[in-house]
Amino acid sequence: MRSVWALAAMAALSVLTASTATLAGEPKQGGILRMYHRDSPANASILEGATYSINVPFMGVFNNLVIYDQHIAQNSPDTLRPELAESWSWSSDNKKLTFKLRQGVKWHDGKPFTSADVKCTFDLLMGKSQQKLRQNPRKAWYSEVNDVTTSGEFEVSFDLKRPQPSLLAMLASGYTPIYPCHVSPADMRTHPIGSGPFKFVEFKANESIKLTRNPDYWKKGLPHLDGIEYTIITNRSTAILAFVAGKFDMTFPTHITIPLLKDVKSQAPNAVCVVEPTNVSTNIIVNSTSAPFDNIDIRRAMSLALDRKAFVDILFEGQADIGGTMLPPPQGIWGMPKDKLETIPGYGRDINANREEAKKLMQKAGYGPDKHLAVKVSTRNLAEYRDPAVILIDQLKSIYIDGELDVVETANWFPKVARKDYMLGLNLTGNSVDDPDQSFYENYSCGSERNYTNYCNKEIEKLFDVQSQETDVSKRKPLVWDIDKKLQEDVARPIIFHARAGTCWQPYVKGITIMSNSSYNGFRYEDVWLDK
Amino acid sequence: MFAYLVRRLFLMLVTLFGISVVIFFLLRIVPGNIVDILFAAAGYVDPADKAELEKQLGIDQPLVAQYLHWIGGLLSGDFGYSYVSEKPALQEILPRIPITARLAGLALLFSASIGIPLGVISAVKQGTRLDYVLRVVSLSGLSLPSFWLGLLILTASVAMFGQMPIFNPNPKTWLEAFATYAVPAAAVGFRSAALTMRITRSSMLEVLRQDYIRTARAKGASDAAVNYHHALKNAILPVITVIGIEAAFLIGGLIVTETVFNIPGVARFLVEAIRWRDYPIVQNLVMFIAVVVVFANFTVDMLYAVFDPRIRYTD
Repeated sequence: MRSVWALAAMAALSVLTASTATLAGEPKQGGILRMYHRDSPANASILEGATYSINVPFMGVFNNLVIYDQHIAQNSPDTLRPELAESWSWSSDNKKLTFKLRQGVKWHDGKPFTSADVKCTFDLLMGKSQQKLRQNPRKAWYSEVNDVTTSGEFEVSFDLKRPQPSLLAMLASGYTPIYPCHVSPADMRTHPIGSGPFKFVEFKANESIKLTRNPDYWKKGLPHLDGIEYTIITNRSTAILAFVAGKFDMTFPTHITIPLLKDVKSQAPNAVCVVEPTNVSTNIIVNSTSAPFDNIDIRRAMSLALDRKAFVDILFEGQADIGGTMLPPPQGIWGMPKDKLETIPGYGRDINANREEAKKLMQKAGYGPDKHLAVKVSTRNLAEYRDPAVILIDQLKSIYIDGELDVVETANWFPKVARKDYMLGLNLTGNSVDDPDQSFYENYSCGSERNYTNYCNKEIEKLFDVQSQETDVSKRKPLVWDIDKKLQEDVARPIIFHARAGTCWQPYVKGITIMSNSSYNGFRYEDVWLDK
Repeated sequence: MFAYLVRRLFLMLVTLFGISVVIFFLLRIVPGNIVDILFAAAGYVDPADKAELEKQLGIDQPLVAQYLHWIGGLLSGDFGYSYVSEKPALQEILPRIPITARLAGLALLFSASIGIPLGVISAVKQGTRLDYVLRVVSLSGLSLPSFWLGLLILTASVAMFGQMPIFNPNPKTWLEAFATYAVPAAAVGFRSAALTMRITRSSMLEVLRQDYIRTARAKGASDAAVNYHHALKNAILPVITVIGIEAAFLIGGLIVTETVFNIPGVARFLVEAIRWRDYPIVQNLVMFIAVVVVFANFTVDMLYAVFDPRIRYTD
């Protein structure tokens, strides 16, 4: 009899536990998510920005045509979801992409969303409209788009010059929100109007950014939060201390360096922290238009001298990734497999052998123990640039290259690079979507504004186009790997490492997913909730 | 006195004109402008877009034309627009002034109310254990950078109390408002208090050796009357000078304190504006600070006359 009572008690307890668990798992409505922001963005217009300092606070104001699933860390063609578009289809020749648009969506000022807004947005991006964006950093993404046409109020088509399956990836980026036709680009910089889960309230430069719940959001029941408040704290120590003291529910995404993460975990042991790749590579830009780096032997020697693991160990306590241009797997979709990577000169495990080979190349070029090559290593005056530059200078010493650090203020960095007023530069390259088209065309194609080294190889450019048109991912991958290998062998822009960074939040914050192959696409926050 | 006042006011205007010229041209000498920074942030430079933006902002004009445009606007009450936020410069600057003014005022109050009495005590008790302790305190005040002290206070607050005294934009009570400013004011005012204390001490020591102090003591005046009525009144002049100079230097100290305590005042705003090369904000703010400093010096000169009746500026 006792055992029967015990069983009954246990059953009751399990029912109670299960129901409690269900209750704990049910999203709760309300509350303001408090987050600090690492700096004060220039304005609120995502289309004009090129930093995730704009995407993080303002992505929640908008919707895209399609979006990467906000609960799957890895962005991939399989995780594309419809948003303002209900569905999409490709024409049989893959040169026309048609979207059926959602009906009943309203802008935050009450006006209805239609296909005209989509056309307006892409005309702005392609530089076809009368109104202009003050800056248009991603115009090149749409270079294969002939035109965007509407068919009625709720259908829109992209006519392409050639098949480009990656267009969907660009459209899903946090960088590609749809803007309303009736609001000027100037107004979008100061008071953005979107159709997203949160309405813009105010942006006080150097102070705060406030968003409030959009009660008329087309996704019924969302968002869960009443609002999001970003307090701008530029001092990292103050920001992290404030998080530890409970002033904030969440740190700024991927803002915590690996060494600092230990401090956070020790001072706030209950905090949930994740470390993910940021898809930002640290690389060397080489001025191959003038001596001494116009000599391919010296460029190859420099590439061979790199001890990438040392960079990763020193700066990231081992938690960063070594790869080529594309983010390495498993988080990266398109990165070379390890066995292929290690066949590239300089990527082999025997650093001493690499450096011996490098020394021979240097001697061939006329340098040696008695005649060192003096170079200036230019970089921006930011810790994430300066620190690896110092390690690079140290490593170059091993092959008779004496480097001198040349720290350049941000305002002067790109003008300096553009006028080729550097020998070696240490640079960071962020990729907003993990897709070869974005990376290859932007950074390596002849004449691209972001191709800082002016690397230009017509043969490889043909290969860019071949991989770009391939619709089968499994066939496209080997093409991408071959291109990436060739780029590293050409010392086009030697990649040192791909960074990782941490994000922490208080345990009662639910529904946060930090993207593992992009720092730009995961901030809609419509189903984030507070379990308080 | 009136002639002196008029001459001082004229000199103030000349000084402010000189400052305006220096600010304007120094800013232009610094390499890079807002357009360079915007394109640097975007990671590309499109020469056509760049030229268009420079034209929109008026920074393609000759420097003299730009200067005259700024000064003309200033005299007619048009402070221009922030290049970054695209809001009127005055709208950006004005709400931040009271925040910094409160902080600076409280820091100066802290400096004077701590520095002067402790300086007097240190002088009166010269050579005692208390004097040595106070001198060590003042020396450490001068040696500790305010940003380091600020970070130390923040770290200690979190470690010991689990709380953090950073800026609260909407304090509910007077006490909360006071707490918001008191800790950073103490952090920035500590150095200033230490300096005030040292100046007060040395000035007091000099005065205490004067004949009239001995006479006062011989006449049976109490220690308090001698120290505070006879000695301090005459020793205070150099202290006032230092406090006046410190008021100007405080702005420098406040830049880091406002950053560490995340206070949205003008000092931090100025640094951000310089970083963005937001000329209208920087020019107008520096002019504002210059006006404050010039008036602070003017006030100090006037205070001399109040505290020392021998000074009447009758030359």
